[in-house]
Amino acid sequence: MIANLEYATLQQIWWILCSVVGSLFLFLTFVQGGNTLLWQVAKNDVENSLVINSLGRKWELTFTTLVLFGGALFAAFPKFYATSFGGAYWVWMLILFTFIVQAVSYEYRKKPNNFLGAKVYETFLLINGTVGVLLIGAAVGTFFTGSNFILDDYSRVTWTNPLRGLEAAFSLFNLSLGLFLVFNARVLGGMYLLNNIDFSAMDDFQARLRKAVLINFLCALPFLLYVLVSLLLMKGFSVDTAGVVSMVANKYFLNLLAMPLVLGLLLAGLVLVILAVFITAFKGSTKGIWLAGLGTVLVGLAVFFTAGFNNTPFYPSKADLQSSLTIINASSSRYTLTAMTYVALGIPFVLAYIAYVWMKMDAKKLAAHEVMDHEVY
Amino acid sequence: MVDIDLSLVNWSRAQFALTAMYHWIFVPLTLGLSFLCAMFESIYVRTGNEKWKAITRFWMTLFGINFAIGVATGIILEFEFGTNWSNYSWMVGDIFGAPLAVEGIFAFFLEATFFAVMFFGWNRVSKGFHLFSTWMVAIGSNLSALWILVANAWMQYPTGMAFNPETARFEMENFWAVLFSPVAMSKFTHATSSGFVLASLFVVTVSSWYLLKGRHLEMAKKSIIVASVFGLLGSVYVAFTGDEAAFEDAQHQPMKLAAYEGLYKGEKNAGLVALGMINSDKKPGDAQSPFLFEIKVPGLLSLLANREPGSFVPGIDDLVYGNKEQKVMGVAEKMKIGQQAVADLAAFKQARKDKNDVAASAALTRFTANKEYLGYGYLSTPEEAVPPVSTSFYSFHIMVMLGTLFPVMFIAYLFFTVKGNIAEQRWLLPLGVISFFLGQVAGQMGWAVAEVGRQPWAIQGLMPVKVATTNIAVGHVQATFFMFLGVFTLLLIAEIKIMLKQISIGPEGM
Repeated sequence: MIANLEYATLQQIWWILCSVVGSLFLFLTFVQGGNTLLWQVAKNDVENSLVINSLGRKWELTFTTLVLFGGALFAAFPKFYATSFGGAYWVWMLILFTFIVQAVSYEYRKKPNNFLGAKVYETFLLINGTVGVLLIGAAVGTFFTGSNFILDDYSRVTWTNPLRGLEAAFSLFNLSLGLFLVFNARVLGGMYLLNNIDFSAMDDFQARLRKAVLINFLCALPFLLYVLVSLLLMKGFSVDTAGVVSMVANKYFLNLLAMPLVLGLLLAGLVLVILAVFITAFKGSTKGIWLAGLGTVLVGLAVFFTAGFNNTPFYPSKADLQSSLTIINASSSRYTLTAMTYVALGIPFVLAYIAYVWMKMDAKKLAAHEVMDHEVY
Repeated sequence: MVDIDLSLVNWSRAQFALTAMYHWIFVPLTLGLSFLCAMFESIYVRTGNEKWKAITRFWMTLFGINFAIGVATGIILEFEFGTNWSNYSWMVGDIFGAPLAVEGIFAFFLEATFFAVMFFGWNRVSKGFHLFSTWMVAIGSNLSALWILVANAWMQYPTGMAFNPETARFEMENFWAVLFSPVAMSKFTHATSSGFVLASLFVVTVSSWYLLKGRHLEMAKKSIIVASVFGLLGSVYVAFTGDEAAFEDAQHQPMKLAAYEGLYKGEKNAGLVALGMINSDKKPGDAQSPFLFEIKVPGLLSLLANREPGSFVPGIDDLVYGNKEQKVMGVAEKMKIGQQAVADLAAFKQARKDKNDVAASAALTRFTANKEYLGYGYLSTPEEAVPPVSTSFYSFHIMVMLGTLFPVMFIAYLFFTVKGNIAEQRWLLPLGVISFFLGQVAGQMGWAVAEVGRQPWAIQGLMPVKVATTNIAVGHVQATFFMFLGVFTLLLIAEIKIMLKQISIGPEGM
């Protein structure tokens, strides 16, 4: 059946799959958000260790999802991979840098003779949760605001801005999206910790986390509203059937109207996040992470679908409209997409064992006495 | 063709080499130590002996310290294909990206998911499930290596693909040919088994140090038994797969083989250099001797390269300037055909732009006839096709010499440990203590042979590195080079300090 799929269908399937991986990554940034909460919610060594150890058991999933996101884009949309990573050099390099320093920080923070000291490793975690997530948001923002590149006849990239991608962070829209993601990650981080830690005899700690979820949600709101309103009002990039790219007023608003399902995903996602914050902050629930996680995934899907579907170039160039990348002109060959689709049949199996192990490992909440052992993070 | 900034090419290469070499300090240890941990734990589960549990947990702690930094240095490698080699990424992303995505889906998640159980699951899951998780981490780590090595092998021996002139890029035609290419298989088996050897050396090094200090004697001896057996088997396999790798080089990358053997004038019944010193003034085509001195084993190179005694092995001069008698086409001739292919491709693109179907079809016919040597069209001189000979030669020979030493050492360790007097072998233990560092040298040298030896190609014969780079000012690459050099060095120092501390603390209760 897969062998008979149309090329265009395969391209759409792969945009959906990349969107799913990207959206799952946004959900999993609860690890990064949780890192940044450390300073505010943990008031002593035990609480500190509980936060780090709780997040430290999941950081690899987030990290691996980011790697998979890169690999999937490389395989399915190599022209995007080449253009964006080679062009917007500094954005990606700095994002990666923050993930490099994060990767060792859990393991090394509490180990004796660790050279840099616990505070430095905790600062690495903070940098990852703030700068890393902010720049990821700015990079995603360029899907709507455009980038500065020109492709020649051989698809070689010339980046026309000397900041090599860092200019993305100086757009109010991109910056707002980045800040929204930072605060949303903190909301998710708080909810995850509430779900994962055993708060016996630590009511204060729990209360601080609940308060942090609410405050960070309130901080996220203005940025979210700015992004949403701008998205509906802004001129967007559009591609016609001949492949010619032009600017169209309210393009992304029109996309949402033309794809009610995507509009539904966006609204459902937002409602779920709000509901999750409500039950966490006011109802004493620890299940917020699941609602907010699903909500974040749905919002992420809506963002990626709005950027890539309905004749929209997902990686537009404002330096040269006709260099813009669409899921059609940026994709791999039909053969590769077909082969990769067979491979993707394994994804549900992978998700199943991740879920199984997660449930098995988290069946018992993480208790204070467990983080006193010298072998923990 | 765009103007090429050679300093950009070299800095991009330097950055990739830096990250790859740092990554390879940690990865082989992960590959092998994961299996050793799984073996130690299997013995614990079978025997129920708590001492084996302590042994397992001790090595697992060291594994975890190393694992984190291996992951940290790995992420940058994947993305550097895009950031620094963007022309490459577009030209071959269709083929090269697929193994990376499969790696992410099937291997990395296996590692990442079960890693948490391996470290934090001792009191949360059953003994059996914990053991299963440890094995899954070992299998996942080694599966990760499979896919990236498949991708690397494809660059050394591009197969299962065709050039599409419409998009001016290579596209995959046969996934299985890419996966099961003989070069991919020999690369995977050679690299992973070298990891098994390195991890075994690590266990021997730490255990020997304990024996010399008179500490943790039981743990050290028990660990040595398992590591020596694993290391010996790994060493034999490394030798076997190394022989296969050299054979594949002779078939698909004869210039690489000629460079690491310092062979300039091809010959029948060619000898293998056992020991030698390269004459660094020697240039292709001149009359100077390639060696200041050399000791050769007669006829062995012909046998290893072609599996046929007395067969002809082409040298650098034959490959650069051609050898009609032996039907070896020279680089100059290939360059002419390649330049024609580059021009035909440009003519084809122009005709397509002008919507001139007749001209496009004619250009395409010409291109198809010449495309086999497309990459040579970008070379400036025939001599550019020669990789750095000294680096290739010394890297190869140091690797082989060390690779020969390790199995002998494992046999000695096994012999004396079984005999029960290993702790008294004061001549052997210091060698054991430094053996891990020798193993590291061998591993790094191995990659130097593979990667320096294939220069100037990013993809053998099809794309030189100078065409593969990102179009970016060299200052950006220099800045990131030093950024990574700084952070990797800091993290390496931290890793070593933490490791040493954990080793000095030793296992609990033994």
